[in-house]
Amino acid sequence: MTIFCFNSIRFILLPPQVRWLMAVLLDFEKPLEELIEQLEKAQATHAKGRVDMSDTVAQLTKKINNERKNLYKDLTGWQKVQISRHPERPYTLDYINAITKNFVELHGDRNVGDDKAMIGGLAKIDNHNVMIIGQQKGRNTKERQYRNFGMPNPEGYRKAKRLMKMAEKFDMPVICLIDTPGAFPGLEAEERGQGEAIAKNLMVMATLKVPIICVVIGEGASGGALGIGVGDRVLMLENSWYSVISPENCSTILWRSWDYKEKAADVLSLTSDKMLKNKLIDGIIPEPLGGAHNDPEMMFKTLKAELKKNIKELCELGSKKLVNARIKKFSKMGSFSDSA
Amino acid sequence: MSWFKRVKHGILTKTQDKKPTPDGLWYKCKECKEPTSTKEFELNLWVCPKCNNHGRIGSREYFNILFDEGKFKELDANLTSGDPLKFEDTKPYPQRLESSKKKSGLNDAVRTAIGKINGLKVSMAVMDFAFIGGSMGSVVGEKISRAIDAAIEHKIPMIIISKSGGARMMEAAFSLMQMAKTSAKLALLDEAKIPYISILTDPTTGGITASFAMLGDINIAEPKALIGFAGPRIIKETIGKDLPEGFQRSEFLQEKGFLDFIVERKDLKDKLHEVLSIFGVHKRTA
Repeated sequence: MTIFCFNSIRFILLPPQVRWLMAVLLDFEKPLEELIEQLEKAQATHAKGRVDMSDTVAQLTKKINNERKNLYKDLTGWQKVQISRHPERPYTLDYINAITKNFVELHGDRNVGDDKAMIGGLAKIDNHNVMIIGQQKGRNTKERQYRNFGMPNPEGYRKAKRLMKMAEKFDMPVICLIDTPGAFPGLEAEERGQGEAIAKNLMVMATLKVPIICVVIGEGASGGALGIGVGDRVLMLENSWYSVISPENCSTILWRSWDYKEKAADVLSLTSDKMLKNKLIDGIIPEPLGGAHNDPEMMFKTLKAELKKNIKELCELGSKKLVNARIKKFSKMGSFSDSA
Repeated sequence: MSWFKRVKHGILTKTQDKKPTPDGLWYKCKECKEPTSTKEFELNLWVCPKCNNHGRIGSREYFNILFDEGKFKELDANLTSGDPLKFEDTKPYPQRLESSKKKSGLNDAVRTAIGKINGLKVSMAVMDFAFIGGSMGSVVGEKISRAIDAAIEHKIPMIIISKSGGARMMEAAFSLMQMAKTSAKLALLDEAKIPYISILTDPTTGGITASFAMLGDINIAEPKALIGFAGPRIIKETIGKDLPEGFQRSEFLQEKGFLDFIVERKDLKDKLHEVLSIFGVHKRTA
């Protein structure tokens, strides 16, 4: 911990491990509340400069970290869903700004308009030129409305498709960052063909001649996620979820009430470890202790390294091999038996 | 004159002795509520003769209507679903599958076959709503994929008749990935320049609309079929307003530009043949 003194006022630069001081705690993190309060008090006392509390602060920090490790050791499906929706979790643009240089955002589907819930553009990740696309959520009420809560309309999917075709033309890998509670279920969305827009993307992505890397960074709900989710590598951040329906909606349909969302999250097997076990994704990207929001810098670094590694691997394959392997991978997904 | 007097009072026949009308003698139209004799209904291809409402029918009926002399070679008839997630809601998924199999006499929500339409060989997949709402799980995805493979292999057109509520929740992400799988196969069919005709029937919603149902070279629908991505109830809840009349029906979709045309069931076979002959498939595959 670094402490600066300026005219008797002390500024404490907090190391990343204790950044959650200001953070929103999730309900299962409640055991930490008291410890954090104590830590805040100790730091305040220390800051006044009369008593040296640095030992207590160090001890409490360690204690909090241990407790957190315990809490995060065996997370349930529902708890991971909660982490994936944490209001401070990094969103697509946070990753783009941290990982890429020279990001040039490209707007519009050349047809109806520009969807703010789906963003995309050209960027450089070190020396790789890439097309990066993803759903974008907002941080506050105003932003959330502007981004439509990360729920794209058909023009969002058509913008994504346009950018992918452009990437193919200029031989650039495509990176898709998935974070959506679903495609928008609105009246205009239906009029403009939400289903058709997603379906076309699935078809285009299946045979796109450049590498596609998809990463579920938060929520991966149903067709809205899959609409930019057909890739050579489909990866999930450790605490993200990916399924055919959100646990709440699943609970409503199967048990006719929201009260069974924990159970629904469990039976849907929507966590990264279960998705990998079922061979529906290609890998898991570990998150820092306490989730991506707890140490964003670390998260950015990990994701960047992972993306670079995959871009390099995939660029070595020819486009024909790439497309064949991609189609073969998705063709294998399923669980059935031939009882003839 | 005892017949002028009521000697016995009330209903005296015991429940077990009553003679009910045989089930299924009459069909009551869900739209106009008018009764039709089942025989007449069937002869009219399960379309109400009074209001032209197209009743929901399954693979058995469509195969009969479309294939010459009702003859066809069924593909992968014995494919059945696994239970990859050990899914259990109000009852375990395998039990649900079993009871659906018993009730419907089907193995899953789609049947695939190769047969002839007015002498023209096609590969066809028809969904069955009677099996867990026609929902798409691994078996539906796999059978449709294999039927597309067959179309590519034999260079014959592909036809899919959709009738489904969407993805099957009990297979969660497995069912989601069937959307990617079938669309990928259709991309291959597209590259092979083999025609694909998608026929959307009542209802076609969710993951089906967001994958193969909307990907036809030609998209056709039966009249007044419910077709959409999100269900009407969800949209209503989202926007907090009543939905306009005819919203998400075939005619609405054609107006919005997502269907090539709407065709009545009695004309379906000839129309399919007409389109496919203009594509010139019979020459290329002869």
